[in-house]
Parts: sequence; structure tokens; C-alpha cells
Amino acid sequence: MALDSKVPAGAIADKWTKHKGEIPLVSPANKRLLDIIVVGTGLAGSSAAASLAEMGYNVKAFCFQDSPRRAHSIAAQGGINAAKNYQNDGDSVYRLFYDTIKGGDYRSREGNVHRLAEVSRNIIDQCVAQGVPFARDYGGLLDNRSFGGVQVSRTFYAKGQTGQQLLLGAYSALNRQIAKGRVKMYARHEMQELVVVDGKARGIIAKNLVTGEFERHSAHAVLLCTGGYGNVFFLSTNAMGSNVTAAWKAHRKGAYMANPCFTQIHPTCIPVSGENQSKLTLMSESLRNDGRIWVPAKKEDAEAIRAGKLHPNDIAEADRDYYLERRYPAFGNLVPRDVASRAAKERCDAGYGVNKTGEAVYLDFAAAIMRFGEEEVHVKGLKNPSTAEIKALGEKVVESKYGNLFQMYEKITASNPYKEPMMIYPAVHYTMGGLWVDYNLMTTIPGCFALGEANFSDHGANRLGASALMQGLADGYFVAPYTVGEFLSTDIRSGKIPTDSPEFEAAEQAVRERTEKFINNNGTKSVDFFHKRLGKIMWNEVGMARSEKGLKQAIADIQALREEFYADVRVLGSANGMNPELDKAGRVADLIELGELMAKDALERNESCGGHFREEYQSPEGEALRDDENFAFVSAWEFTGVPAEAQLHKEELTFENVELKTRSYK
Amino acid sequence: MATTSKGLFGSSLARKYWMAISGLFLCTFLVGHLLGNLQLFVSGEEGKLAFNEYGHFMTTFPVVKILSWVTYGAIFLHTVDGIMLALQNRAARPEGYVKEKQSANASWASRKMALLGTLTLFFIVVHMKSFWYEMHYGELGLDANGNKDLWSLTVKAFEQWWYAAFYVIAITGLAFHLSHGAQSAFQTLGINHPKYTPIIKMTMTAFAWLIPAGFVAVAVFLYVVQPGQNL
Amino acid sequence: MDLTLKIWRQNGPQEKGEMKTYPISGVEEDMSFLEMLDFLNDKLINEGIEPVVFDHDCREGICGMCSLFINGEAHGPGRKVTTCQLHMREFKSGDTIYIEPFRAKAFPIIKDLMVDRSAFDRIQRAGGYISVNTSGNTIDANAIPVPKENADKAFDAATCIGCGACVATCKNSSAMLFASAKISQFSLLPQGQPEAKERVLNMVHQMDLEGFGNCTNTGACEVECPKGISLENIARMNRDYLFASLSSNK
Ligand SMILES: Cc1cc2nc3c(=O)[nH]c(=O)nc-3n(C[C@H](O)[C@H](O)[C@H](O)COP(=O)(O)OP(=O)(O)OC[C@H]3O[C@@H](n4cnc5c(N)ncnc54)[C@H](O)[C@@H]3O)c2cc1C
Ligand code: HEM
Ligand code: SF4
Ligand code: FES
Repeated sequence: MALDSKVPAGAIADKWTKHKGEIPLVSPANKRLLDIIVVGTGLAGSSAAASLAEMGYNVKAFCFQDSPRRAHSIAAQGGINAAKNYQNDGDSVYRLFYDTIKGGDYRSREGNVHRLAEVSRNIIDQCVAQGVPFARDYGGLLDNRSFGGVQVSRTFYAKGQTGQQLLLGAYSALNRQIAKGRVKMYARHEMQELVVVDGKARGIIAKNLVTGEFERHSAHAVLLCTGGYGNVFFLSTNAMGSNVTAAWKAHRKGAYMANPCFTQIHPTCIPVSGENQSKLTLMSESLRNDGRIWVPAKKEDAEAIRAGKLHPNDIAEADRDYYLERRYPAFGNLVPRDVASRAAKERCDAGYGVNKTGEAVYLDFAAAIMRFGEEEVHVKGLKNPSTAEIKALGEKVVESKYGNLFQMYEKITASNPYKEPMMIYPAVHYTMGGLWVDYNLMTTIPGCFALGEANFSDHGANRLGASALMQGLADGYFVAPYTVGEFLSTDIRSGKIPTDSPEFEAAEQAVRERTEKFINNNGTKSVDFFHKRLGKIMWNEVGMARSEKGLKQAIADIQALREEFYADVRVLGSANGMNPELDKAGRVADLIELGELMAKDALERNESCGGHFREEYQSPEGEALRDDENFAFVSAWEFTGVPAEAQLHKEELTFENVELKTRSYK
Repeated sequence: MATTSKGLFGSSLARKYWMAISGLFLCTFLVGHLLGNLQLFVSGEEGKLAFNEYGHFMTTFPVVKILSWVTYGAIFLHTVDGIMLALQNRAARPEGYVKEKQSANASWASRKMALLGTLTLFFIVVHMKSFWYEMHYGELGLDANGNKDLWSLTVKAFEQWWYAAFYVIAITGLAFHLSHGAQSAFQTLGINHPKYTPIIKMTMTAFAWLIPAGFVAVAVFLYVVQPGQNL
Repeated sequence: MDLTLKIWRQNGPQEKGEMKTYPISGVEEDMSFLEMLDFLNDKLINEGIEPVVFDHDCREGICGMCSLFINGEAHGPGRKVTTCQLHMREFKSGDTIYIEPFRAKAFPIIKDLMVDRSAFDRIQRAGGYISVNTSGNTIDANAIPVPKENADKAFDAATCIGCGACVATCKNSSAMLFASAKISQFSLLPQGQPEAKERVLNMVHQMDLEGFGNCTNTGACEVECPKGISLENIARMNRDYLFASLSSNK
């Protein structure tokens, strides 16, 4: 099948307006006859379900948590971008568009990204109208902060809990529709299969996680808003339940997976402390504004630190290697996420890591504390202050800026970041890849749409900070409600989709068989045992640095792991009733398949771009080498039976409104 | 046993408003009652006559009569409402914890309001039997002015150690009831302000301990001085 | 370290439950409380015992899924932490730790330590929103300035994660802190005014219908709330409800 992105013709700034104007409408009477399933209630899902219900469609929404409000979007910290230009610093729709394309290392689709930048402004209006309590200045107007990779202040925020506040806003809109009976909410339900009838997505098989029953739900369209799959690495900043199952089932039924290997590794996370660690915690990007990243310049010092014989505060200035400042004098500690992450790995691999495991670098606020302290001394007009006094003043300033993060760090590590440098290390954070969608956010299965992190659409090979929240809400509030209508306008005569068709029968049967297989497997190892091993393979070979040899090895290892998993996984308990182990087994099974496809995708892409770094393709100084000649395309994979045999389709990317350039931060 | 109506009757919040209003009213009643009791510090015939005069006034003056009926009403409302709240609260957790550390997060008095209230109720019943009932329906002698001799009844009662002890314990219970209740009533009625709440809390805590202290002082005085013996 | 865990096991909503004892060794100080339970579960699976079921997701104190009553306190001994943010260094080797589900009639047990908190969702649905459609042409976000103080207070109220610790810890199983946080958020913002009266009346009504207890102002909820939601919100709700019921036409 040839990939048609369906991006409308015309000037970039007019495409969306024109397209919206031309979309056939569905009359209110007909909307009542149309059912829509929304899987996922994160920013993308809640906003889409609420908006579609407002328009008059019958919506069923699903999430696996106990409440729609708990979707992983709740954890987003920093903020949401919008080209409002409230700060009058020269921001514009075009600039947001440009920054996003460039930040994504020129691997995203111009049309989609421009639309995202356009609707970004409506998002803020909408959220404020819903009562989202964004931060405000003393005049009562909205405040902004800046984020990595850009030169304007366009990030709206609610302290360090922006995702929470936005999700609660979308959740309230959803609640309003649930109360009206326009949305039927199915919490603690997991979609375990997509049902395709006559080539169109017509429903899902959902498992009621409380009773263990399988339910058939039919609809005229299915929207997958199921988030990212960073948990394929086992350890990530994602919530424990985040998974790929819904998207993967769609993939197996004909939806292409696009750029699955594009993974964002966030440079500042709390390092792994032991074998039993279950997840990693993000330390906001904003810390890099004032913290300086370093490792010891001498290997002996690093070894002594690891052995607990030396304290970082005792290392002389001259013996510290501020490697980001050394390598990237122009941007210093503020290089983009992918660059910062790789640099940390390079130092640690070379033997300069500073924690027990050798996989951590310092993020040091000592200099910032002194600098702020001296500023305060100046402001307060103090005479001859002692170093301790300056320090105390500086610590106060740092506390007011980053207090909650420092506290979070101390809670987890039991070390005081005011007194000794933080230890950080990169961790898996976000997946740019996902289901391939066209301009209308429809996958290659007609009637099956993908929104939010679950699709691949807007961030290319690297996402800029504060842009995922923007994309989720753009998709859900302002894009899908129109484009889904376009698809449904041809469906007004279909009538209710029956759930007793052979397709539903077969889909339910498949799910039942899989469940029974797990329950009756009588293996010897827990699900986590396999998940952890998958994570190790992925992290080592499909993580921050990839090579042909490593990727081939990874593919072989994952295939072996998959066989072992099916032969030896042990799931206790019964299929009737709540059984989280059983649900986890299903998710891990899909993650294993996905992992293989990710490795395959990474192997095919013989270039380094954004979060995808192939060791073979780097400059002599170790910088990423993009290959626009041969790889300016989206890889879209078609499932043909096993991941190893997935078939590659290419969507060529054309850039008419921005010029392709090498990113340089030197 | 869920409450199902909205508004000023039946809803959980309304129940609490009535609790707070009746409770605060009873607090003002306590002040009045204490002022009367303070007369017992005056011993001898003079004190006796004055006190009985006061007793006569309290049982016959129409405004006071109305007030006393309001007080009975408040006690009744406060009690019935309190019992209903307590039952609902109990029903809200049919199966309790095996290990519960309530002292970690709330004061003792705040957790024992129903118990302290019941103790107070028991006390009120006994107290009314000893004095109110006797005053209204009992065979009380008359004093020199022809008033019923409530004074003698009172001081005699407090000369018995067990009565004085019971009184002191009950009033202490009331003090604890008020130590939480008196300031809590403001929160219930929606009065909470960063600037004023600390003042309210301080004042009401002082109230909660000082008023009962007054009652106790009178009782201790009567027990120690035994004014009835000298007449 | 070595610990003795006493854990509530209950196979289903209708089944009878009981405390079971599990000795465990090899627990590390750096583990979070939930990682300690993962560790236990892995052992149990190896021994052929069904693992302990508990709710969790984000494991960083924001989703509100985790909900354990540890040694007699909701979310354990720490202050302003959720269960997932509690670390084993708070305990010492040899300790016995009681682990129970959040208990309230309105939070029926699903299995072991997992409870059903959908009552909270229903309270929200009764009015925890502002009726605005997603038309894309609402007024500009900066058209209505909001005093910073009110915006900040609304934010503080809105940070409630809906975990239910307030209910679990309250001797009356009252949901007042949760409900009042939701109501306050909107009542502090100009956008929330048009529906303010109906909102407070309806949400309190739903809260009553769910079978939560009544507030005695003990303040335990505020102490145990991982987000430090203030009792001021309860007073605000009390006030709003009083005025709303006095002035509403119904
Ligand atoms: C720690 C952290 C901080 C972040 N900070 C920021 C930030 O500051 N700014 C920013 O822009 N982005 C940030 N991000 C990224 C951003 O939060 C996410 O990309 C975004 O919220 C994803 O939203 P979503 O709606 O697509 O999916 P999610 O919010 O992940 O929702 C997925 C939904 O799908 C449901 N679901 C999944 N599978 C199934 C199934 N099989 N059946 C039924 N339901 C299912 C889940 O229940 C859930 O409701 C951050 C991410 C993390 C991890
Ligand atoms: C002179 C006598 C009494 C006074 C002055 C008094 C005063 C108060 C006050 C001010 C409150 C606080 C109300 C609130 O928090 O809103 C209160 C609460 C309470 N009172 Fe009393 N009270 C008295 C007698 C009683 C009696 C006889 C009972 C009966 C059992 C009782 C039971 C309660 C209970 C259960 C509460 C707690 C209600 C709750 O917050 O849930 N009280 N009282
Ligand atoms: S008020 Fe606090 S304790 Fe109650 S649900 Fe909200 S966050 Fe949890
Ligand atoms: S698991 Fe999300 S708050 Fe604890």
C-alpha cells in the first residue's frame, strides 16, 4: 500500500483552515447514530472523548487505571508550549513551527507541525476557560518560562505539575459529558484486541480488569490515545502501567508503526540505584539552566569516588571536567536532550562515572549558589559577608527556584543536593515513534485513529520540551473532532455495528486463548524477570548508542527471549477476577515484539538523527551525522506475521518551508 | 443510612451547621450558668438569700423561661444530631483497621467528641435530676424571703465528696469537648481565615478551659469550705 | 534488612479477608516501599503463592493510584509523601510492618490491598467542571486577569491527587477534604462563578449519597494528605454551601 499523508495542498499557513472548511459535516441527527470508541484518557483521549461527545456522537471511553484522571499525562512536570507571544519576545506560529521541525532534526511532517503550532494558541484559551490554574504574575496575567532548544518564553506552566492540571482540565470536560450521558466511561478496562470488519476498525475487545470478563464493544471509529511505549526499556520515567498493547494490536491488524526506534532519552534523571529498581524519576530540564554538569578529569579520582574514598566536594576545580561546556562552548549545559544524554554516556563508558555502578555524572549547583548568593549580597547591600553567609543566601534563591525538585531528589536518594552535587544519568522518557497516521490522524486501517504520544506525528527524531502536552491536547480538542467527522460522514447509513459478527467472535477467541495460555503455562519465572531482561537488551543495544553489530545481536537476543518467555513465564491466580500479573504478561508479550521491531528499524536507518544515534555515523568529534540524501523519510512498518519480517514503507519528507541544516551547538 | 436531601436539612453539612449552632448556643448558656454559680462564692445567709432570689427569678421570669426552653431544645437537637452523625460515621467504615495510629494525626478530644458529649449528657441528666427537678417538682423548703431554698440543696450536694468528684470529672469532660468543639464550630460554619483563625482558636481554647475552670472552682470551693455546715 | 510483613489478603470483594504474615529478608534501604512489595511478590511467585495485589502507576507521587495504610497511617509514617515515595530507609531491620487497604464503606475492596475509589469520580461528575465547549473560539486566555493570590490558592487546591488518604485516615471516613479541594478550585476562579451554587450543592449531595462519613474537624486528613491540601478548603466549602442553600431557589 502506498502511503498517502493526505496533507492538503496550498500554502502552509492556509492548509488547516482550508481543510477544515472543506470537511463534510455530519448533521446532528446523524451524529446521534454514530458511535466512537476512545481508548485512553490521557490528555489526548480525554480531550477527544469530551469534544466528540459535545459534538453529539456517542462515545465510549476506556482506560486501564481506576479513573480517567490517572493517565500518565498526569506526571508531566515542566509545561506546555503555545505561540501566544504574551511576552512580546518575537514568538509566532511560524517560529514555533520552525523550532519544532528543527528540534526534531528534520524528520517530521511540515503540514502537521504547522497545524500544531496554529492550534497551540487555542489550547491555552480553552484550558483557562475550563479553570486550569496556570501560573500568573502579580498583575493577574499568565506567566511564561523558557524551555530547552528555543530562544523565546512560550511555555505555560502550573508549578511543576502542568500535566496534572491540564489533565484534570480535560478530565473535567470529560466528566461533564459522562454526567450528561454522552460518554460512557469504562475504567479498569484494557483494550486487548482491535476488531476490523470489512477493512474498517469497528470495535475492540476489552477486558474488565476487575472481573476478568471480556467485553465486545462496537463503534464506527476507534481512536487509540494510549500513550507511549518507553516501558519497553523496563526502566523509564513512564508510569508502571504504560504499555504498547493497544497500538500493537492495531499494528498486528494492519496499522503501520512509524519510526519505532525514535526514543527520547532524557539527560537528567535520578540514576539507577539497584537491581530492584522499578522506575526512574525525571529531574526537570529546567535544572540545567543553573546546574553545571561534570565528572572528575582524572580516572583515579573517579575510581576513588566510586569506592567511597573521595568526596566530590574535595576535588579541585582544575581536576573537574565540565565536559558539556568543554565540548559545546556555545550552548554549554543547555544543549538539547539527545546531545546531553550521549555526552554523559560517553564519559561514563570511558570510566569517569561517579556512583557505585559507574553510571552517573554530577549536576552541581555550588557555583550557582555562590553566584546567586553574591547577587543577593549586592541587592541587600551587605558589607564583608562570610562565605557561609553568601552560601546561605544563595541556597535560599535556589530553593525558591527548584525547591520541590531538590526535595524530591532528597526523598529518593537521601542525599542533600544543596550540600553535595546531584547525581544524574540519562533515562528513557518519551517515544517519538508510534502508529503511522496521515494528516487526519488516521492510521492505515480506515476508521482507526491514533492521537497523542501513541502516534508518530509531530516530533520527528527528537521532541522539544513542553511539546508533548501541546500535541496531545491539539490532537484531542482541535484536530480529531474535525477529521474523525470526515471519515464518519461516509458512514451515516451503516447503522449500529453488531457485535455478534464472525470478526468479533474471532477477536474474542484470540484474546481468550492468549489468556488461557498464560494461566496454564506453569512456567518458572515471573513476568518481571523477562521484562527486566528485555529492558537490559534494549538499553544496551537499542538505547543511546546503537551499532549494526549490537542491533543484530539485540534482534537475536529478543527473539530468543520471546521464545523463552512463552515457554517459561509463570502467571499465578485465575483469569476470573483481578489479576495484575496476568495483565502484565500480556503487555510484556507485546513489548517484546515491539522491541524487536525497534531494533530492526534502528538497523535500517543508517544515519544518526535526533534520539537515534548510530555509532557508525558520527563525525570525528563524535557528533551525529544525519543523511538527508537517503533518510529524509518516515519508516512505516507493516506487520506480516513476525516482527522480523515486517515490511518497510517509506513516506518521503519534503521541506518547503524550512531549510535542512545540520544542528550545531558548538 | 446515607443522607439524601440537599440544603439546610438532611445534608451532611447541614447536620453540622445545626451541631455548631446549637453547640455555640450552649456555650453562651454555659457563660450565663457560670455567672449564676459564681454567686455561690458568697457564703452565709446573705449569699443564701441572694442565690435563692436568683433561682426564683430564673424559674419565673418569662424571657428566661423562653431561653431555658431554647436551651432544652438546643441540648435535644445537639444530642440527637450528634448521635445521628456518630452513627453515620460509624457506618461509613464497617470494617476497621487492624492497626490504626490515630494519635499521629489528630488530638484526643477531637476523636472522642461523641464519648465526651455522652458523658456531658449523662452529667446533664444527673445534674437536672439533682437541681432542676427538685426545684420544679421537689419538696424544697423556703428561705427567709419565701423563695425555694435551692442554695441549701446545692451546697449540701457538694459537701458529699462523690458528688463533687463526679461534677469535677464531668466538667473536665466538657472542657475537653469544648477544647475541640468551641473552635471547630467556626470551621463548620465556614469561618476560616489565615488572619483571624489563629485568634479564634486562641480565644476559643481559652474559653474551653476557663469556663469549666470556673465551674470546677465553685465546686471545689463548696466542698472545701462546706458553707452548709455553718448554718 | 529483615522484616515481618503483616498484609491484608482478600480474594475478592465478597470474600472474607485476613491478615497474613510474610517474613522477608534482603530488603535494601534504597528500595521504595512499592519496590519492596515487588520484591516480595517476586518471591511469592517463585514459591507458588499468588502475589499481593495493590494499586500503583506513576510511582512518583502524582497519579494518586497507590493507596496503602502502613503501620496505622495512610501512606505510612512520612509526611507529604505518597506510598510510592516512601523509602525503606524509614524502617529498620527487625521491624514488623502492617499493610492494610484504605478502608471505607465508599471504598469497597476489590482484592487484597486494592480498593474501588470510583466514588470520587462520581463526586466530580456531579459538578466538578466548568461548562465550556471546545469550540476553539473561547475568549483569549488573558482576557480575564485573576489575582495571583487566588490563582495560587486555586492551584494549591487543584493539586489534590484523589488518592483517598483523607478518607482512609479520617475516623469518620469523611471525604470533605477531597470534595472541598475540588469545589474550592473553581470557587476561587472567576470562570467558576456562574455555576458555583449548583456545583457545591450537587457535589456535596453526591458525596453524601456515596456513604462517606461527616467531618468532625479533627484535621487528620490535612496531616496525612500527601499534597498538603489545607483545611481552609473545607471551611470554604462549608461557607459556600451555606450561602448556596440559603439563596438557591430550590
Ligand atoms: C515524567 C514525565 C514528564 C513529562 N513532562 C512533560 C512536559 O513537561 N511537557 C510535555 O509537553 N510533555 C511532558 N511529558 C510527556 C507527556 O507527558 C506525554 O507524552 C503525554 O502526556 C502523553 O499523553 P497521551 O494522552 O498521549 O497518553 P497518556 O497520558 O499516557 O494516556 C494513555 C491512556 O491510555 C490508556 N491505555 C493505554 N493502553 C490501554 C489499553 N490497552 N486499554 C485501555 N486503555 C489503555 C491509559 O489508561 C491512559 O488513560 C512528560 C512525560 C513524563 C514521563
Ligand atoms: C453544654 C453542653 C454542650 C456544649 C456547650 C457543646 C458544644 C459543642 C460544640 C461547640 C461542638 C462543635 C460543633 C462543630 O464542630 O461544628 C460540639 C460537637 C459535638 N457535640 Fe457537643 N456540646 C454540648 C453537649 C453535648 C451533648 C450532650 C452531646 C451528646 C451526646 C454532644 C455531642 C457532640 C458531638 C457528637 C459533637 C461532634 C459533632 C461532630 O463534629 O461530628 N455535645 N459540641
Ligand atoms: S485531599 Fe489529599 S488525601 Fe485527600 S484525595 Fe486529595 S490528595 Fe489525597
Ligand atoms: S503510584 Fe502514582 S502516586 Fe503513588
